[in-house]
Amino acid sequence: MSINWFKYSSPQTFYPLAGKMTPWFNWIAGILAVVGLYWGFFETPHILSEQKQYYRILFVHVPAAWMSMWLYLMMVGWAVVGLIFNTRLSFMMAASIAPSGAIFTFLTLWTGAFWGQTSWGTWWDWDPRMTSELILLFLYVGYMALQSAIDDTRRADRASALLALVGAICIPIIYWSVNCPDPNECTALHQQSSMSAVEPNIRIAWLIMVFSFWMYAFAIAFMRVRNVILERERNAAWVTELVGRKK
Amino acid sequence: MSLSEFISMGGYGFYVWMSFGMTALLITAEVVYVKHQRKQILRRLQRMAQLNAEV
Repeated sequence: MSINWFKYSSPQTFYPLAGKMTPWFNWIAGILAVVGLYWGFFETPHILSEQKQYYRILFVHVPAAWMSMWLYLMMVGWAVVGLIFNTRLSFMMAASIAPSGAIFTFLTLWTGAFWGQTSWGTWWDWDPRMTSELILLFLYVGYMALQSAIDDTRRADRASALLALVGAICIPIIYWSVNCPDPNECTALHQQSSMSAVEPNIRIAWLIMVFSFWMYAFAIAFMRVRNVILERERNAAWVTELVGRKK
Repeated sequence: MSLSEFISMGGYGFYVWMSFGMTALLITAEVVYVKHQRKQILRRLQRMAQLNAEV
């Protein structure tokens, strides 16, 4: 069986496909969020007793943090595909992911501040992971600013793709910036964490929330890429036809 | 667990609900904004098509 992978790399064929997939991803994200929140709030009271209720912040903090890094990798991936194959849709995908990535990064910092105040007694500290996450926010904002600052779309795409690619060094830094096993070597507020050590009910709530955010990220990226396609392909015959039909 | 107990979150209600609240707010705002943007783009493209037809 041969599948023509390049068929959907054209904006014209991808536009309706993205439109069809959006509601599905939205529904899955919504259902998973309900289940995940239920699990996080009502299946954990026996573990998260009175004094540890603030732990629930992590049910949004951890998924947001994972998505902030994952979406950056996705964005760089599309940007690199665009640089290599010179496909317009890849750049449009990269541009559509950036705002959501920035929002998740901001949410990571925001929820992290509330977590920090409750568990470490400080809203902010120049802990390696916090600092590199803040740099990630600047990278997203820088990417979007550069994109909108250059009028020629092709040049804007290539310049911002290069910026995103160089900034990708930030992701492994965030990932590995935790406290050293020996506190004499380095100190950080974020500790080494392993999923298998976490209590099963908490882990379930976490994972469901991560998948919910992930599905939402697909949905919103597809919604946004449709806007970008309309905007950029406005002179194409199929867009004119589509706009005419909408009347 | 009563409702007021649930809201107070063992005294950490402010921190927990500020985190969840901001997440809900930003995600809702993002969806509303992208939908609004789509309407605006379609309206503008329609007006441009009309102007082109009149010329």
